Amino acid sequence: MKARALLAAAAAALCLGAASDPAERLKDPAQEARARAIFREVRCLVCQNESIDDSEAELAADLRRIVREQVAAGADEAEVKRFLTARYGEFVLLRPAMSLGNAALWAAPALVVGAGFLLLLLRLRNRAPESELSDAEDARLEQIENDGPTDTIAPNIGRQEGRRVT
Amino acid sequence: MIAETGAFALALALAMSLVQAILSAAGRMRRSTALAAAGEGAALAAFLGVAVAFAALMYGFVTSDFSISNVAANSHTEKPLLYRVAGTWGSHEGSMLLWCLALTAYGSVMVLFGKGLSAGLRACAVAAQGALGTVFLAYTVFASNPLARLADPPVEGRSLNPLLQDPALAFHPPFLYAGYVGMSVVFSLAVAALVEGRVDAAWARWVRPWTLAAWSLLTVGIALGSFWAYYELGWGGWWFWDPVENASFMPWLVATALVHSSVVTEKRGALAGWTVFLALAAFTFSMLGGFLVRSGVLTSVHAFAVDPTRGVLLLAILGASAGAGFALFAWRAPTLNAGGVFAPISRESALVLNNILLSAATATVLLGTLFPLIREATGGQPISVGPPYFNLTFTPLMVGMLILLPAGPLLAWKRGDAAGVAQRLGLAMLIALGAALATFAIASPRHVLGAAGVGLGVWLIAGAGVEIAERTRAFRAPPAETWRRLTGLPRGAWGMTLAHAGLGVFILGACFETAWKVEAAETLAVGQSLDAGAYHLTLERVVDADGPNYEAERGMIRATRGGALVCEAHPERRTFPAGGQTTSEVAICQRGLSHLYVVLGERRDGAAAPVWLVRAYWNPWASLIFIGPAIMALGGLVSLSDRRLRLGVARRAPSKDKAEPPLAAPDMAARVARGEG
Repeated sequence: MKARALLAAAAAALCLGAASDPAERLKDPAQEARARAIFREVRCLVCQNESIDDSEAELAADLRRIVREQVAAGADEAEVKRFLTARYGEFVLLRPAMSLGNAALWAAPALVVGAGFLLLLLRLRNRAPESELSDAEDARLEQIENDGPTDTIAPNIGRQEGRRVT
Repeated sequence: MIAETGAFALALALAMSLVQAILSAAGRMRRSTALAAAGEGAALAAFLGVAVAFAALMYGFVTSDFSISNVAANSHTEKPLLYRVAGTWGSHEGSMLLWCLALTAYGSVMVLFGKGLSAGLRACAVAAQGALGTVFLAYTVFASNPLARLADPPVEGRSLNPLLQDPALAFHPPFLYAGYVGMSVVFSLAVAALVEGRVDAAWARWVRPWTLAAWSLLTVGIALGSFWAYYELGWGGWWFWDPVENASFMPWLVATALVHSSVVTEKRGALAGWTVFLALAAFTFSMLGGFLVRSGVLTSVHAFAVDPTRGVLLLAILGASAGAGFALFAWRAPTLNAGGVFAPISRESALVLNNILLSAATATVLLGTLFPLIREATGGQPISVGPPYFNLTFTPLMVGMLILLPAGPLLAWKRGDAAGVAQRLGLAMLIALGAALATFAIASPRHVLGAAGVGLGVWLIAGAGVEIAERTRAFRAPPAETWRRLTGLPRGAWGMTLAHAGLGVFILGACFETAWKVEAAETLAVGQSLDAGAYHLTLERVVDADGPNYEAERGMIRATRGGALVCEAHPERRTFPAGGQTTSEVAICQRGLSHLYVVLGERRDGAAAPVWLVRAYWNPWASLIFIGPAIMALGGLVSLSDRRLRLGVARRAPSKDKAEPPLAAPDMAARVARGEG
């Protein structure tokens, strides 16, 4: 725990946009640009939530070297990421994979928006001026007249009474 | 002696908060004015107690009294005065004390300016605020005493993290905390409304100024933190989707939603339950933020005042306070009034849409921040959720909201006219499209998303302009008429327009900077140079520039453009022997709205002479990233100064009968229901 904290402190102190160091750079600017794009999606494993593009930690420099070597050898982004994931686990990717385990993570924004719209639609429909009884209300009325249990519908009635008349 | 006085005052404040909670609650239950008034007195006393404790701690820091363990751990005699003062809230214990100071201060303000609230609501709110104060003060007194003495005081203190020795960061926590804790008042008001079972226009009108104030302070706090990261961390970034940033961003998003939903509740009496829910959520997220930053459950570049064991206590406080609030909500919310009817195309719908998208954005940030924990807890592989995730989820949500934003203020309440609004926004649309196309054509290299972002920013600013023009009937009525309307516009309207335009300014800066930023880095010997964009930078010499508590090298760098001198940049690389840390002091040359950002890196051995790693960034329009939020916060303040919202100006109870004063609420609610709000 202590060692981890020390490492973290050292990494935090040294956080400079490290990947632009000319000593590390690839000769081909197109390859270098591709490598930089990959760096931004790879986590520096010992740092406090930094990409290897930003971190000056030794491990980040090692990872950058590996990625640059692979890019220079013609590997594409997916191949490099596969290699890194096989070695360090999913933790190394700053963009979580679109897998079943991460389904909740990726689906959440859409789900919340969907739920919000659904609620809005329900409200817009329910709040339309009701001059006639709806089918549901008809059914309920029938139930009451037939001496059905009334406790299940009591809250609804209460809410209707509370509704402001405009 | 002073520290002991402070510790005693702190304990007294805890007792007073407890008294405040109990007496105010009793005052409400027995409908006793005397008991409620005593509770209010206790609230003032609690604030005084915490203020004395805070002053005592600050005195300890300023005089470097290392017999106080907190001072010994976080200060140093060689630290400049400003940072010794700021050290008061730089540690876990100190920051909790600042939190309590803000909490009790808000309680006092609520007591002093809350005369317009009905007696019952007020007593409940004061009681709730007292309960919150009790919990947090108990934590401070028993688990994180900032004034504890050391038996064996050291001669010299262990310094504050040098990265934190910075003016922006010295003032960042007070703003942030004032914002976070401002939400506590809204929380207390929500609890009171649920207990009283009445959420009406008067209540919403009371929630708005508190939310606006807290929102403005939070905006400033977050912008300061971001500005600090921009020039102190030294790689030109200003937002990292870091857990600590997210922790402060979530309450901001919820507060933004609340500012908008409370308008609907105030003007139309609708969405009462939702507004109460957001009011509870805003402070819950504030507490969550406080917990995340301190507990160390999440790793972050801003690692600050981390303490895992006490984190559990904070989590318990969070769970208990929020749990109580939401349980009350679940119990009482069904009794709340559903409010006025509105059509699918209406101002209400637009504000609901705003709330849906802001909620989704908050959920995204929350899940992105906590998902690694959730996955690990459920036995999955550890994963990371970084900026690429937020760029793919948060950004589209916000873009959707921003595209729709200018239409909102132009829609009528209850039933709007979409075609009419589109027609009125035609000019703004043309300007935005023109700006996007022009940017695409002129800016090099070509960048489609960057150009679209510029268009979006201009769309917001032009939309705000159209909104003002519509309100004043500019170009349609005679100028005198327009002028009369312009001067007659309520401050609230100006505030909204400013905030929306400020958001546009921010988008403009953020998109332009991100798309057209230029980075250059070289190892330079003295006399050598590098190019960053149109600028040519020459390292002329490197001098020693030791400060009071650090050693430093300063690069004298000459920046020219087309042969003409543009600026002299003097970036530094500082080493703090006390903590063994190295920081870089960035030099920023302001060029209009843009920044030439120069960093001096480490010294290396060159072929003949030593060389330095020099990085330069051309950050076009970067100023707008910070000017935008400043304009937004200003909008909040302008809105806050609106006569209708000014504290204490709210309608007073018409009768002196304090047993259960009816307030002006029923008639106001009735007027609102008739659509006259």
